[in-house]
Amino acid sequence: MDWAMGDEPHIRVELRSDPNYLAGVRQLIAGVTQRIGFDEKSCSQVALAVDEALANVIRHGYGRECDRPIWVSIWTAPADSASGAYLRVVIEDEARHVETCDLKGRDLDDPQPGGLGVHIIREVMDEVEYAKRSPRGMRLTMIKHAPRAAGSASAEG
Amino acid sequence: MHDAALPVRIDSRDGATVLAPRGDIDMSRAPAFREHVRRAIQSGPTRVVIDLSEVEYMDSSGLATLVEAMRNAKQAKTELLLCGLHQKVLAIFEIARLHQFFKIVPTVEDAVSSA
Repeated sequence: MDWAMGDEPHIRVELRSDPNYLAGVRQLIAGVTQRIGFDEKSCSQVALAVDEALANVIRHGYGRECDRPIWVSIWTAPADSASGAYLRVVIEDEARHVETCDLKGRDLDDPQPGGLGVHIIREVMDEVEYAKRSPRGMRLTMIKHAPRAAGSASAEG
Repeated sequence: MHDAALPVRIDSRDGATVLAPRGDIDMSRAPAFREHVRRAIQSGPTRVVIDLSEVEYMDSSGLATLVEAMRNAKQAKTELLLCGLHQKVLAIFEIARLHQFFKIVPTVEDAVSSA
């Protein structure tokens, strides 16, 4: 990896827990992933995963209160970096602590309204880690690597 | 929180009610979408068609609205069909493994005329 936990994020956004701002964050994520070389499908799916993570904070963490803080921090590496193009997103809040073992997707064999967000996040992102912040709040770290095209390492010239 | 409005065109075609929402359906707009769908099913048509051809993005809030709609439609003995799904939206159904839970057809014409 080209980053360390202490590194300053390349982008850091603070937003209120208002669902009306989800569209803006999706556009940011889609724009950044496109710029570092993700294909169109990956751009939209990563934007979806971040949207789901933020919606979960608003819905479950803050109980739909719309004036609480959420921080989105982003690190990127371009395609020509040692590890290839990747995006790391950290979402932090000041909501109540949740036991990380409770943060799993629901059974998909029994379609129910709701409970899909965590499943989508885990399905789309390569690495997903929930942790408790001190003294309160949760931190979700998500990493997505761009799919490497066959022969891309030697295609640059 | 104030929920965002969602423009929805509503038509009647051959006994079916056709709902055509326009724009992204995410957590801010899902409540408005849910209300439109609920009213359409409650009005008692034999078939409700949701035309998603003008929806380029949907998150799990939109999916949840549709799962709930499917359950309500079954209870009301109304057939619910989806049509016009963009590839990006269909991909979300596939990630959630819901593409086989719904009856999905290509166009409104297919949905209205399907037996």
